[in-house]
Amino acid sequence: MRKKKRGGFLNEIIEKQDLSENIVKLVISSPTVAKKRKAGQFVVLMVDERGERIPLTIVDSDPEKGTITLILQVAGKTTALLAALKPGDRIEHLLGPLGNPTEIENFGQVVCVGGGVGVGVAYPIVKALKNAGNRVVTIIGARTKAMLILEEELRQVSDKLIVATDDGSYGVHGFVSAVLQDLIDRGERIDRVYAIGPVPMMRVICNVTKPKAVPTIVSLNAIMVDATGMCGACRVSVGGKTRFTCVDGPEFDGHDVDFDLLTKRLRMYDDQEKRSLEKYRCECHGN
Amino acid sequence: METKTERVKIPRQHMTEQDPKVRITNFDEVPLGYSAEEAVLEAKRCIQCKKPGCIAGCPVEVDIPGFIKMIAEGDFIGAAKKLKETNSLPAVCGRVCPQEDQCEKVCVLGRKGEPVAIGRLERFAADFERQAGQIFVPEVAPPNGRRIAVVGAGPAGLTIAGDLIKLGYGVTIFEALHKAGGVLVYGIPEFRLPKRIVEAEVDYLRKLGVRIETDAIIGRYKTVDELLEEGYDAVFLGVGAGAPVFMNIPGENLSGIYSANEYLTRSNLMKAYRFPEYDTPIARGRNVAVIGGGNVAMDSVRTALRLGADNAYIIYRRTEVEMPARKEEVHHAQEEGVQFMLLTNPVEYIGDEKGWVRQMRVQKMSLGEPDASGRRSPVPIEGSEYLIDVDTVVVAVGTMANPIIPSTTPGLEMNRRGYIVAREDGGTSRKGIYAGGDIVTGSATVILAMGAGKASARAIHEYLSGGK
Ligand SMILES: Cc1cc2nc3c(=O)[nH]c(=O)nc-3n(C[C@H](O)[C@H](O)[C@H](O)COP(=O)(O)OP(=O)(O)OC[C@H]3O[C@@H](n4cnc5c(N)ncnc54)[C@H](O)[C@@H]3O)c2cc1C
Ligand SMILES: Cc1cc2nc3c(=O)[nH]c(=O)nc-3n(C[C@H](O)[C@H](O)[C@H](O)COP(=O)(O)OP(=O)(O)OC[C@H]3O[C@@H](n4cnc5c(N)ncnc54)[C@H](O)[C@@H]3O)c2cc1C
Ligand code: SF4
Ligand code: FES
Repeated sequence: MRKKKRGGFLNEIIEKQDLSENIVKLVISSPTVAKKRKAGQFVVLMVDERGERIPLTIVDSDPEKGTITLILQVAGKTTALLAALKPGDRIEHLLGPLGNPTEIENFGQVVCVGGGVGVGVAYPIVKALKNAGNRVVTIIGARTKAMLILEEELRQVSDKLIVATDDGSYGVHGFVSAVLQDLIDRGERIDRVYAIGPVPMMRVICNVTKPKAVPTIVSLNAIMVDATGMCGACRVSVGGKTRFTCVDGPEFDGHDVDFDLLTKRLRMYDDQEKRSLEKYRCECHGN
Repeated sequence: METKTERVKIPRQHMTEQDPKVRITNFDEVPLGYSAEEAVLEAKRCIQCKKPGCIAGCPVEVDIPGFIKMIAEGDFIGAAKKLKETNSLPAVCGRVCPQEDQCEKVCVLGRKGEPVAIGRLERFAADFERQAGQIFVPEVAPPNGRRIAVVGAGPAGLTIAGDLIKLGYGVTIFEALHKAGGVLVYGIPEFRLPKRIVEAEVDYLRKLGVRIETDAIIGRYKTVDELLEEGYDAVFLGVGAGAPVFMNIPGENLSGIYSANEYLTRSNLMKAYRFPEYDTPIARGRNVAVIGGGNVAMDSVRTALRLGADNAYIIYRRTEVEMPARKEEVHHAQEEGVQFMLLTNPVEYIGDEKGWVRQMRVQKMSLGEPDASGRRSPVPIEGSEYLIDVDTVVVAVGTMANPIIPSTTPGLEMNRRGYIVAREDGGTSRKGIYAGGDIVTGSATVILAMGAGKASARAIHEYLSGGK
């Protein structure tokens, strides 16, 4: 039996909120993780005993209440299972905090670029950079207005927030990379860039910052199993060297990352993942 | 009882096994164990030496003639109890210990014929006890108010937890994974060590009062120093040598190439062989190459067969003689149709446009002079390279220390290779911190890890009872 802790049972869903069509926010009781975690770290969870272990970034935490906040996009079976949970439900296993915390210093002026669900991953980093005295310009983007998340929250912790949508339904019409390119072209001083989002977005951002050699940190989302450095599922190539995302990362110097390899490794289980999700959807509709 | 001459005429009892053709279609255990009659007959072969070599051959010095005598007399529960005086996991050891290099190697009967099947008898007694539901729960000393934190729930951690709880200590095990057992649950496959056996051992510890906190990675969740600050009187580190080693050859990060740890973890711990009933996927390759010649390689290649491979290869750079795997496992692999490519080493992997491995370039080797380990070292033969079609590769060439604990525990002395430096009794450079098992010795055996757990239990008890 798990102990009743302040704020709920261990791994209990305390609060759930749909942020957009397929992006969900979960507040989960996890007192030790809430106390220990730092910006940039993540957890690995298993919804039930038959589940897959998947990594999710710790977006925020409340050490007083002993809760952590996760924001996830429905991508396949496990995230669909998570999105179907209700307050009071419990997640079978949750391990963390994992990964190295973001290196936080006063760098001067930093630009944080978040795309899609990566906006959630960017939030704790923006907050920590701001608290460390940086001037933070945040650029967030989504395909369309309805898919945009955390706009207000980020506005509060950024010195400047620029929103872009691919379809022009809100904010600047275009990609976040174009917004960054624009800042660079205008000669804005940028000491560091953080790029967090889908792999193609991070790759493009790195291409934008490379000519002026603006240090660019990316947060990689390699497939993981244990996330303790035991299996090597999460290996990526950085500067020609093999690194394990879970223990050496998840943040790396974006200019050194082999995005091509990452993209291919992320597709390793495409067929099986599709099968798994279809099976789950059938079973759901079945009863 | 039969006379001694009659007894030595009894042949070594064969243990029934699943037919190779059948067993490669399932993950059930391969050897089926002795019947009571077979066990008694086998036990009678033991001539009860006055100076038994076998005991000295056992790393934890089990009273081998003692427990065997009880089996011969039909007292199977007594035999199990006797085993447990020195070995807390006999059902595990009976299955996975390399007896042919330990107790059975020095059994006097082995000089002329075949040694007593000590491992099989050990397994029999432990299984009998478990199946009879008569698990003997020893007396636990009254709580002495001291608390011990054990980090890692592998054989070393489980053993020390069992020993210390009996002495009255409050024991909490912190395990990073979601299940206790270490390599016994994530590495060694079901067909060699059924997981319910490990679960029974873990349940037994819980019954004794050991607290097991899973999903707790020390170094991140809490540091070792925080455990000491929380009031644990001593900490034992039994975190294993869990980090995989790759060969750093071109193409090694292609999709379809796994470390043995990942391949086995997906299959065993996550039950990917039962996908989609379980959610974790695994590549079901048709042409699977496993690099290496140890137990880990044999477990991987036999898993590949069971996942439906048409061709399962062992690629090993030396010959069968130098293979570190247990003879029995090499034999099982051969029976099951594994193809051994010896004196062969991979030099490069070639992938398709999706980044999936399709071929590997290998090189023939010859054996040169013996190296430091006494094994003859392989030397590449110029111009001998050729290609093999593969769609899944498992790299099983060894493991190394995981840096999480070392890098978060100031003052803990490590050797050059990142393993914790510990004395015989497990004491480290830090007072109150003990270590044992693979994290001290490098990848070794279950029984040695258990022995280390025992030694540290004694040392911690001495340290905390004011002995020194
Ligand atoms: C360090 C890290 C932090 C992350 N943080 C977030 C986050 O805050 N919010 C969020 O929505 N997503 C995050 N992700 C991605 C998230 O883990 C995947 O979307 C999730 O695993 C998909 O699982 P699924 O079963 O729902 O989908 P599946 O159908 O299994 O897979 C969909 C896609 O997700 C990826 N994926 C599959 N299995 C895994 C796995 N075990 N580990 C990692 N990726 C996998 C694959 O590229 C796959 O194509 C993070 C990933 C990493 C590595
Ligand atoms: C596939 C395979 C087959 C094998 N076959 C045999 C065999 O047939 N016979 C034999 O005798 N030996 C065999 N071995 C070797 C044997 O399993 C090991 O020597 C033995 O398990 C070592 O025990 P240990 O307790 O030191 O560590 P492990 O069994 O490795 O357990 C360590 C535990 O610590 C946990 N851990 C690690 N870091 C942390 C942390 N920071 N916080 C919390 N927990 C942590 C790990 O998750 C793990 O559960 C095999 C090994 C493998 C991999
Ligand atoms: S050495 Fe062999 S015969 Fe002698 S006591 Fe040990 S098991 Fe029996
Ligand atoms: S996920 Fe297994 S080593 Fe990183």
